[in-house]
Amino acid sequence: MEAVDHSHWSPLLGRLWWDALPQEPIVLATFVVVALGGAALVAGLTYFKLWGYLWKEWFTSVDHKKIGVMYMILGLIMFLRGFADAVMMRIQQSIAFNGNDGYLTAHHYDQVFTAHGVIMIFFVAMPFVTGLMNYVVPLQIGARDVSFPFLNNFSFWMTTAGAVLVMASLFIGEFAQTGWLAYPPLSNLAYSPWVGVDYYIWALQIAGVGTLLSGVNLIATIVKLRAPGMAMMRMPIFTWTALCTNVLIVAAFPVLTAVMAMLSVDRYLGFNFFSNDFGGSPMMYVNLIWIWGHPEVYILILPLFGVFSEVTATFCGKRLFGYSSMVYATLVITILSYLVWLHHFFTMGSGASVNSFFGITTMVISIPTGAKLFNWLFTMYRGRIRFELPMMWTVAFMMTFTIGGMTGVLLAVPPADFVLHNSLFLIAHFHNVIIGGVLFGIFAAINFWWPKAFGFKLNQFWGKVSFWLWVPGFWFAFMPLYILGLMGVTRRMRVFDDPSLQPFFIVAAFGALMIAGGIGAMLVQFAVSIWKREELKDETGDPWNGRTLEWSTSSPPPEYNFAFTPIVHDIDAWDDMKRCGVERPTSGFRPIHMPKSTGAGIILAGISTALGFAMIWYIWWLAAVSFLGIIGYAIFHTFNYKRDYHIPVETVEATEAERTRQLAAVGA
Amino acid sequence: MSDHVHPNEHVDDVHASGHGTLRDYLIGFFLSVILTAIPFWLVMTGAIADKSTTALVIMAFAMVQIVVHMIYFLHMNTKSENGWTVMALIFTIVVLVITLSGSLWVMYHLNHNMMPMNAHDMGQLP
Repeated sequence: MEAVDHSHWSPLLGRLWWDALPQEPIVLATFVVVALGGAALVAGLTYFKLWGYLWKEWFTSVDHKKIGVMYMILGLIMFLRGFADAVMMRIQQSIAFNGNDGYLTAHHYDQVFTAHGVIMIFFVAMPFVTGLMNYVVPLQIGARDVSFPFLNNFSFWMTTAGAVLVMASLFIGEFAQTGWLAYPPLSNLAYSPWVGVDYYIWALQIAGVGTLLSGVNLIATIVKLRAPGMAMMRMPIFTWTALCTNVLIVAAFPVLTAVMAMLSVDRYLGFNFFSNDFGGSPMMYVNLIWIWGHPEVYILILPLFGVFSEVTATFCGKRLFGYSSMVYATLVITILSYLVWLHHFFTMGSGASVNSFFGITTMVISIPTGAKLFNWLFTMYRGRIRFELPMMWTVAFMMTFTIGGMTGVLLAVPPADFVLHNSLFLIAHFHNVIIGGVLFGIFAAINFWWPKAFGFKLNQFWGKVSFWLWVPGFWFAFMPLYILGLMGVTRRMRVFDDPSLQPFFIVAAFGALMIAGGIGAMLVQFAVSIWKREELKDETGDPWNGRTLEWSTSSPPPEYNFAFTPIVHDIDAWDDMKRCGVERPTSGFRPIHMPKSTGAGIILAGISTALGFAMIWYIWWLAAVSFLGIIGYAIFHTFNYKRDYHIPVETVEATEAERTRQLAAVGA
Repeated sequence: MSDHVHPNEHVDDVHASGHGTLRDYLIGFFLSVILTAIPFWLVMTGAIADKSTTALVIMAFAMVQIVVHMIYFLHMNTKSENGWTVMALIFTIVVLVITLSGSLWVMYHLNHNMMPMNAHDMGQLP
């Protein structure tokens, strides 16, 4: 694309000018559709007078369950955006042969693959994982909320603010064209002069605040708010993996923040941390960002390992095989994940000793991971397996993830990596573990915990349609990429010279189409289930014959989760309670002390979005105003002393009596 | 930012550490003063001739200083918060050591193996 002059600057609007609006017809059309859809949504919400409800019951809520659901909705929306990017790439690559330039310009295509990576990791996988932990962890440990309920709401809105900035970049200006980790010198001002990289930096910095704080919050929750009797070695495995993940978040995300801050001062103030001049080193950026980046992939996968453990134990009707080995394997992975980062840049020029050290540590990680797989297999062995949807996703995960893991061990051999690095083989490998591990785990978790969150099961037929489109679709989409990678095709290519490669890309595009069908079927599954919620209703609160405490309360749980804090005597506390015939208390209730909703989270995040936008566009007055606004509002909020209230005992009694009636009706 | 709401008050375990005694604070104070004075003395008198050795010694004093602060001012011991603070500290140290030593090692290698970046050094190539 010919160079466009974006050097215009005015004190009022900074770099923002007409040329920031969409120029390319595809983006323009998307813009029109989104604008019309958004206007319709706003009009609909206004017409049905839903704004007040949303504001009072959801946006300002500090209830961990509602925040968890909002995280999942954010993840789902961003997933559709990220997947649209994926489909665009697959179509481009399957037609750009024999002199055909495809339908995306280089400038647009480079933004598409960058946005795809950034969105899928930061705004799909992270919200999904955080949302699950938020919803499930307090229920599993018998708590009434997280340790810092307001902080939780604030974290969610900061993550959303980051997502809003990324989405804004689609229509106002441009996104980075640097690949999802924005390596310098390409991401330096000299080579990325306009707003793309600045959108990237500010979206990640603002969302990073949310991620870090929710990490702190969940660690405190798990350490301090466990029900009496729940010793560390009696915690559900999901809670264990959540703890390890949040420890990783708290230790790793500050590195990302620091790297982004250094890149910002390089771009904004002319520093030279990562330039090639004045002693700067782009290689230091690569080194530092992977010190965050490798733990990040374990941040994503560990909670899902927890999900698979819960699902396997529940649907095999027996205690998880090797509970303590599972815990230790998780801890070992937590530490080892800090010792492998160099395998992302074996080819950057370290010597043999460095490369072999990191190659070996990488291979060592497969040992605890393998131990986990055997634990799941031995749990299934002689279990009464019920192939409900969560279990189906779990089996699909075991097969898919194992293969992805093995190609990972292959890439961990430095000489092999010299051949395969930066190729489509690598792309196939990490999609194999992220889709096969993280996404399949999220689907298992959604099907598993949906009845808990909403009081009705998900429709099985459409769930199975989705499953059978997703799993083969995945193989169709990524097997060709393995083959192409072995043949030496590099990643992020827009056009190809060799026509013999085209059939592989067409098969991959077909796989993407199947996955699109799978996503569509999943949306239909949600819609049909909501439509027929009366038929799918579960009044027991324990539709799967569950084993952990979240199944002991009603579905959906009351605001206070548990009228009396449960007392834990064993691993799988609820299973233990059912076997011992523990009676549910029906009298002696007391008022319950709860945190109060507050709009401070959404307001602070809103001002932060303005700050990010102002910094991206060099609108200095707005940046100064919004920065002072954040500080001022945060101080103002400290004077809000009305932070808690008591649920009166009558309300508790009424809620619990309703639950007693419900249980009697289903004969439980 | 802290909320004054603890939905599960009953789980508050016994906190082994409270605030320190005056004696603790005084010991901490004097240790810090001594640990600060010695490096000053080292630099001002030049007691160790070699400058890089002096720097290393001062670094060592700084480490001890950190430990003194943590024990006497932050009241850290193996029992506080059921041992969680020590666990967190050990984990932090492990991660920091891995990150710093790893980065130094990796960057040293990269620097060593890098092609010369200016014309003069290029001319020196064998």
